[in-house]
Amino acid sequence: MQSIFVLRFRRDPLAVLSLIVIVVLLLISVFGDLITPYAHDLQNADKSLLAPSAEHWMGTDLLGRDLFSRLIYGTRISMAVSLLTGFSALLLGTCYGAISGYVGGRLDNLMMRGVDVLYAIPDLLLIILITVVIGRGITGVFLALSLVGWITVARLIRGEVLRLKENAYVEAARAFGVKDMRILIKHILPNTLGVLIVTLTFRIPSAILAESTLSFIGLGLTPPAASWGSLANEGWKALKFYPHLIVFPSLAIFITMLAFNFLGDGLRDMLDPKQHKG
Amino acid sequence: MLSFIFRRILWAIPVLWIVATLTFLMMHLVPGGPFDREKKLPPEIKANIEAKYHLNKPIITQYGLYLKGLLRGDLGPSYKYLGRTVNDVIADTLPVSIQLGALALLIALTLGLAAGMASGAFAQTPWDKLSMFFATAGISIPNFVLGAFLILVFSHHLKIFPPALWEDARSVVLPAFALALAPAAYIARLTRSSVLEEKHRDYVRTARAKGLPEARILFGHILKNAIAPVVTILGPLAATLVTGSFVIEFIFSVPGMGKFFITAVTNRDYPLIMGVTLVYALLIVVCNLVVDVFYTLIDPRINLG
Repeated sequence: MQSIFVLRFRRDPLAVLSLIVIVVLLLISVFGDLITPYAHDLQNADKSLLAPSAEHWMGTDLLGRDLFSRLIYGTRISMAVSLLTGFSALLLGTCYGAISGYVGGRLDNLMMRGVDVLYAIPDLLLIILITVVIGRGITGVFLALSLVGWITVARLIRGEVLRLKENAYVEAARAFGVKDMRILIKHILPNTLGVLIVTLTFRIPSAILAESTLSFIGLGLTPPAASWGSLANEGWKALKFYPHLIVFPSLAIFITMLAFNFLGDGLRDMLDPKQHKG
Repeated sequence: MLSFIFRRILWAIPVLWIVATLTFLMMHLVPGGPFDREKKLPPEIKANIEAKYHLNKPIITQYGLYLKGLLRGDLGPSYKYLGRTVNDVIADTLPVSIQLGALALLIALTLGLAAGMASGAFAQTPWDKLSMFFATAGISIPNFVLGAFLILVFSHHLKIFPPALWEDARSVVLPAFALALAPAAYIARLTRSSVLEEKHRDYVRTARAKGLPEARILFGHILKNAIAPVVTILGPLAATLVTGSFVIEFIFSVPGMGKFFITAVTNRDYPLIMGVTLVYALLIVVCNLVVDVFYTLIDPRINLG
């Protein structure tokens, strides 16, 4: 079984390449300190706003800080925020959706109406509202993204659980007197694993997008914390004369999003080869 | 049909009420008031201001006053733009945002449907691969990156379009396109998979067996049926355009509601934040309603139950 998946995956060069890019990014965010030529917050007034050179691969910013080092540092922040929010949104959404779908009836109706209400507020708007209340900074942004990201996941998992709970093996387990909680955890949720993995690979880029957008419009992370989005925001202010300041962070965001989206597509096709093929 | 529409409209009322209550609670949970400045105001002046905006009353009274105002369509005074109400600000900025959004929607639908249909019809050809690569790239490029790129190339280098403001037809091009690209990519992907699904239906085989020319099968049968599922994403699409407008209006200095919302958040202008949120929620609820109604019209199999 597994080898078929691997084979199918390997036939998708874009997905394989994406996986490699993501692994490299993860390595950079963990071991980034070892490759940065300068400290990310080292200021040098004599070297303000330099263009890219051999000494400073991506140039320097207004305060003379090395952009390459700052970008590596930003990688850590961006990846940490998006991975953590991806997982916590998945956890929250799975619990909510699984309970709603499994219990069904009145409770399901009520829980889904709640989700419908939240659906009437655009994601980013809700995230901004939450950060107004709990404050910005890494924790605030992380909490806000998690509190919004679960909604999509909950809908998806509820649908899966609704479908899976009609299976004969669930009925059999119930006939044996297995407790509901155990049926849900042992028999139903493991079957949603494929959907969960695909969802996660799509939650992460949307978290990256939300966080960087938030930081770009100045409502996200507050200095000294710097993500790709806040670096792009700094570059935006000097767009006309020092485009290198926005080009490199933008490229980092774009490549990462691209990698996660291609990986997600690849995984989805792999787990469900009938769909989306000609 | 009519009772279905009626029930859907009735359901919109509690949704908007909950959104109003939720934002009211959130904005009153925030520590510190909007009139806490760096420089302390004299207590008498502060008391006067608070009395003017009813901030000295218990929160439940404030909530009652707010709801009462909402019923009359009154969103309250702005804390920051003195002498102007939230209604004034929205009346000035909403039309701009609607123009931008409608234009972007038009671009997105044209580009997305055309690319998606062509991709689906010629699946697995180099054209399909290329266009789907661009669609994924379109989803992956944040609109602020796209906006900055467009300004850099078309305003600073080629000097074809102005980088900002909202004055003549030429200044509309870049923001509308920057806002439209991601939705266009979503539509293209969805249309493609919808076309692929329809391609293998029985009625297509029947049409082919009848000896209909391929072009006729494609345009007369497949594409007609493939559009239906695409309609359903117009609701989420409206949400994408709203959040996109925050960024695009910020980048291109478009005097729309998104830009004012961002400023309102920075200024902690709570009534403006609540009012704009409510208007956006109304917009999305209406879009979803229209989609539902439209969908039942074009697909009679949908159960109205």
